[in-house]
Amino acid sequence: MAYELSHLRELEAESIHIFREVASEFERPALMFSGGKDSIVMLRLAEKAFHPCKIPFPVLHVDTGHNFPEVIEFRDRRLAEVGARLIVGSVQERIDNGSLKEEPGLNPSRNQLQTPVLLESIEENEFDALFGGARRDEEKARAKERVYSFRDDFGQWDPKNQRPELWSLYNGRIRKGEHIRVFPISNWTELDIWQYIEAEKIEIPEIYYSHQREVVERDGMLIATGPFNTLADGEKAYTETVRYRTIGCMTVTGAVESDADDIAKVIAEVAGTRITERGATRADDRVSEAAMEDRKKEGYF
Amino acid sequence: MAEILRFATAGSVDDGKSTLIGRLLYDTKTIFQDQMDAVEKASENLGSEGPNLALLTDGLRAEREQGITIDVAYRYFATPKRKFIIADTPGHIQYTRNMVTGASTADLAIVLLDARKGVVEQSKRHAFLASLLRIPHLVLAVNKMDLVDYSEEQFNKVADEFREFATRLDISDLTFIPVSALMGDNVVDRSEHMEWYDGPTLLTHLEQVHIASDRNMIDVRFPVQYVLRPQTEEYHDFRGFAGTVAGGVMKPGDEVMVLPSGFTSRIATIETLDGPVAEAFAPMAVTVTLDDEIDISRGDMLCRPNNQPDVTQDLDAMICWMTSDAKFEPRMKLAIKHTTRTARVMVKEVNYRLDINTLHRDEESEVLELNEIGRVTLRSTQPLFIDEYRRNRTTGSFILIDEHTNTTVGAGMILGVAE
Repeated sequence: MAYELSHLRELEAESIHIFREVASEFERPALMFSGGKDSIVMLRLAEKAFHPCKIPFPVLHVDTGHNFPEVIEFRDRRLAEVGARLIVGSVQERIDNGSLKEEPGLNPSRNQLQTPVLLESIEENEFDALFGGARRDEEKARAKERVYSFRDDFGQWDPKNQRPELWSLYNGRIRKGEHIRVFPISNWTELDIWQYIEAEKIEIPEIYYSHQREVVERDGMLIATGPFNTLADGEKAYTETVRYRTIGCMTVTGAVESDADDIAKVIAEVAGTRITERGATRADDRVSEAAMEDRKKEGYF
Repeated sequence: MAEILRFATAGSVDDGKSTLIGRLLYDTKTIFQDQMDAVEKASENLGSEGPNLALLTDGLRAEREQGITIDVAYRYFATPKRKFIIADTPGHIQYTRNMVTGASTADLAIVLLDARKGVVEQSKRHAFLASLLRIPHLVLAVNKMDLVDYSEEQFNKVADEFREFATRLDISDLTFIPVSALMGDNVVDRSEHMEWYDGPTLLTHLEQVHIASDRNMIDVRFPVQYVLRPQTEEYHDFRGFAGTVAGGVMKPGDEVMVLPSGFTSRIATIETLDGPVAEAFAPMAVTVTLDDEIDISRGDMLCRPNNQPDVTQDLDAMICWMTSDAKFEPRMKLAIKHTTRTARVMVKEVNYRLDINTLHRDEESEVLELNEIGRVTLRSTQPLFIDEYRRNRTTGSFILIDEHTNTTVGAGMILGVAE
């Protein structure tokens, strides 16, 4: 009598349950998709939840315009395979038509600009539930966020006023204009994600694996050179063997030096590492100790 | 591959709970360098001497500034043997609501006792809530052993005192471990100061405690969550009932009954994206197809004809009330979510309010206020398919939702059908 599930299968079951619950109880859900590993795992879990039906909701990508080309190519190919409808909220479009302003400086981050575009997309499409791939192990503010995270008309998260969440009974009741951010992989860790990618043989963008890339060292991070990256005086580009642990804007996501060119080596690296993925590779989260908390309150992912 | 152990920790500011969790994370090498650096920096800013391990678990800026913990936080660590999910609940006024929340999914609870003070009111409260929420395993970590010279006599005194209190509770597995979270004795590494103790360290116990048999593998319960009808050429007549197994073991060929209709059929296949499986058990998320075409929708339940849950509109339950906006009182109407069913209930009666410090039953009380627990009867608009909470934590639990504010205001544990 061995009725036991491995930790990956138990996490998977919990996530599938959440996907199905949302599809049952909401009118217009959507899956936020960035092309990063967490959202790729989310897409896989959504497929599992509704097989042999197609995923019964569209996919939303808030595109900063500063994405890695490899990631956009991957996104389009993968969504075509799954047969999911893609909705793009474009930061570049809003900058071009003047409704958003690029931050000053040499290599501006567009992180802050994602929030208004996301909130606009939610309003335009009248989404009442948005699946996000945030994990509680990522960051302190997320450790305290519910699986169903209530957002008011302004998309704001109020950490002091969260609904109690018990057993696997999720409360998705909202008024018109409000919505719920749903985090089905809340209980997964970075290592779980990698182990799942290995176990399920899930394809991910090749920039997660070791490759040669021209980079420049900036604020202690290796930033890729490219069309969005203007070198400052004294900065020198050079070629390094790197890979990415997270995927965001090209301008703020740091690469790490790595020889891990397959999934087994990546897992060994992740298991042995001493720095969290956000701390290592995301300039946007290092601005202040409470950076994520502040952005979430404003309606960030 | 390793399985998951979910455990809850409860405690107040001074009993060393944050230090204990910090110690578990630190000694299992779960804390990353940048997190440790941030803690050291924050400790300096707050003027404390040396890194304050409690800061690892106090997440939000509001909390750090006010020196309080406002909510349940979840932490993760893993050893080669298991993956652990900690529901870390704070110990101030909102305590009951938070601990009930954290305990609802826990396999095990750690209650901290101060070796100098023994069993205080708060430890009784923790243990009571753990037993109310039917957490199968309870660990009493007798902490601060370094401050009582690692005395066996003192440890036994505290353990005996607790054992005596515990006879009034319904706890199936009780384990006492002498520790010093501050010094690291018996948390991850075996203490060199307590040769008289031959039991496991806390981490060893967490790795070894047997939880597989805690789940109900006897009573087949499958609440239908979502109906899958692809209507494609390949799956022309496919009609699958998706859901998470809440109890028992299901196999193709098994006879099943559908509630509330009472129709019976046999399981044809149990489907997943990875292909059909030979059996499904809790908490697997699967899709079931049946031999016969029966009209089934979300909120229905599959069970075995000779082993059915109670079908009732009258609930006898323990309630934890979680809001200060309104009192729980007779004639009040609320939404109820029970498995995949949503209905409305009316409060018939508050039978008694339980004083969680003394376990005294106050039968005069007709209302429940924030953080109060009581035995109540409810009448629902639709029949619900229930089991006793002690027999099945999924089919025996429900939440209550305020229909005006839409917030979750109550947690319920079913005792049975109300007379």
